[in-house]
Amino acid sequence: MSAVRRTPAPPPGDLQDMPKFPKNAAKELRNTQLRKNLRHATTTIREKRANVVAELPHWEQLRRAGEAIKNRTLRHLDDYLLQLEESLTRNGAIVHWASDAAEANQIVIDVARAKGADEVVKVKSMATQEIDLNEALEAAGIAAWETDLAELIVQLGHDRPSHILVPAIHRNRSEVREIFTEEMGRYGTPPPDGLTDDPAMLAGAARVHLREKFLRAKVAVSGANFAVADSGTLVVVESEGNGRMCLTLPETLISIVGIEKTVPTFDDLEVFLQLLPRSSTAERMNPYTSMWSGVREGDGPQEVHVVLLDNGRTKVLADEVGRQALRCIRCSACLNICPVYERVGGHAYGSVYPGPIGAILTPQLRGTASAVDASLPFASSLCGACYEVCPVRINIPEVLVHLRNQVVESHGPSVEGTIMKAGGWVMGDGRRLALVQKGSELAGRVLPGEVIGPLPGPAAGWTGARDLPKPPTQTFRDWWVAEHQGGRDE
Amino acid sequence: MNVPTSTVALFATCINDTMFPETPKAVVRLLERLGCRVDFPLQQTCCGQMFTNTGYFREAMPSVRNFVDTFERYDYVVGPSGSCVGSVRDQHPMLAHRHGDPGLQRRVEAIVAKTYDLSEFLVDVLGVTDVGAYFPHRVTYHPTCHSLRVTKVGDRPYRLLSAVRGLTLVELPNAQQCCGFGGTFSLKNSDVSVAMGTDKVRAVLDTGAEYVVTGDNSCLMHIGGLLSRMRAGVTPIHLAEILASTEDALVAAGATAPQQGGSR
Repeated sequence: MSAVRRTPAPPPGDLQDMPKFPKNAAKELRNTQLRKNLRHATTTIREKRANVVAELPHWEQLRRAGEAIKNRTLRHLDDYLLQLEESLTRNGAIVHWASDAAEANQIVIDVARAKGADEVVKVKSMATQEIDLNEALEAAGIAAWETDLAELIVQLGHDRPSHILVPAIHRNRSEVREIFTEEMGRYGTPPPDGLTDDPAMLAGAARVHLREKFLRAKVAVSGANFAVADSGTLVVVESEGNGRMCLTLPETLISIVGIEKTVPTFDDLEVFLQLLPRSSTAERMNPYTSMWSGVREGDGPQEVHVVLLDNGRTKVLADEVGRQALRCIRCSACLNICPVYERVGGHAYGSVYPGPIGAILTPQLRGTASAVDASLPFASSLCGACYEVCPVRINIPEVLVHLRNQVVESHGPSVEGTIMKAGGWVMGDGRRLALVQKGSELAGRVLPGEVIGPLPGPAAGWTGARDLPKPPTQTFRDWWVAEHQGGRDE
Repeated sequence: MNVPTSTVALFATCINDTMFPETPKAVVRLLERLGCRVDFPLQQTCCGQMFTNTGYFREAMPSVRNFVDTFERYDYVVGPSGSCVGSVRDQHPMLAHRHGDPGLQRRVEAIVAKTYDLSEFLVDVLGVTDVGAYFPHRVTYHPTCHSLRVTKVGDRPYRLLSAVRGLTLVELPNAQQCCGFGGTFSLKNSDVSVAMGTDKVRAVLDTGAEYVVTGDNSCLMHIGGLLSRMRAGVTPIHLAEILASTEDALVAAGATAPQQGGSR
């Protein structure tokens, strides 16, 4: 770590060391600003998405096409990756393979150092967040500047993103004004005097601040939404034009690309460039689609590096049920529709990927050894709304249940496990259930009052806010037996 | 109407059997009124969903096996729960497959094809939407997630409710959003569950309805638990109980009980 930081420090601690989800969630639920922002933002984007999706009568076919293309890619990923490497190399790009975060970060550091750069400008990228590239660069004395407006707000705010697409969704404009006023001048061009919380003025301040960095930087770092195997083309889809600046102005461009971003042919983009904008920003077409195929003399970056990143993906690929998570195109429709995400926001997930997709992707990429990772598959009511909106038909509830089973199987004996085992045995035979029901009938007779109110201990989980009906004094089973003189059946 | 000649097996579900017996009683009344012969095989227990969805696949197997053993010999298995029926349809084949028991898997698949949620059985098999019910109240319907997205009962409950005489059906705002029950989610993530439920309750109260109706008593236990704690003055009720209600026999809940509870 260099003595003086070049960039704003993120919050201390590692995401993976966060407490389990319910604990984080309980804290976030009390954040009224967050609740209001999320309610408004998710409700708005949800409606817009539904409208633009409804415009396409063949939306379901598009989803199935997207699913099929991704499935084929994953099935033959080894072949397509080699083809991608060959095409990229033919186009003049330099291809690197990184098996984990440390390797990927080192490649970026080495390239930046070789170019004599002590700073890089960044296109918004989930992959670079996943490998914590900014902090690795900082430790190597290289400043990484986020240029996406919301990422800039997050970075200047010493904060973490809370949404895949709208990382500063938890902030409102008066907070943004405060962050800009306080921090911007320390890291470059300061905001104008008398900065207000007028969105246009805030965007203007960011524009001037970033412009200086775009023009100065010799190296840019990006991710990629798609990597086309047959043409050796990388694709970045964005809304602000900051990406276009990074991709065209600096002399050297390094792109970190998760291996699952591969698509076989250029034609396949037709499907995804329809699915992605409508699902993510609820736009018919995204404002900026940048594509580059290696190096073109006298036009754009003259040195193009592509880092193909595994970082746990091949492990996910080996899981027959879990691998469908690798189809994800990071649209965030599942976050926006999720009733859990809507109420707790992204930070509660202790994961770069929040929401439903994070709940199935992160425990697979990182494993379920940490408290937060083991709790993520349970951070869902299994309502299934995410599966319904997913543009590549990832059956998120199915994977959640699958991962719950993995968590249960991989952890030792527990009280819950014992209860479940006993319950499982009871449910194996109607006579056993009938016997247990004698207890519930008795409870119904001896408990006072109309309903069961607040109880202490473990029962507080339910009864803290919810009454519980008193068990009836006669089960349906007993009623049936009484009605049918011993039953017609047995 | 197309009343089957063979006996219809009632899959009461363990939670209805134990906690909400008025619902399966209503199913019996309703189906018999419509001319069906109804049986309740006493061997039945549970769909096993609580085990499956909490990650205890092995512990769900006795339920899966028992379900097959109990209901195999019937042509129609009808349950008043989109969630439990959905679990049978969606998860029993998966569990049997994972368990590596092809024989059980074949039996499971055969039974899946003849297992119906009540609303499906009424509309699709009996071919009836007007079941001759009378329920003179203002009612709002919450389409529980598993009825909506797993069992996919679609607009059947709305069609059934719309045909009930005296009933005013009020649209529930943001109806398709989860109420926050989610099985053991309601305990493991009780804070989030309650936060979701609070918004659902607000939507229910906004309708001015006397009753909130669903096809799943589990979700209703959660919504009803919140309503009861708030003394909100809205009664949770299962769809079957409304459909069983007639001029001659108004359901007990409609006539007397202030809140849902097993002892009514």
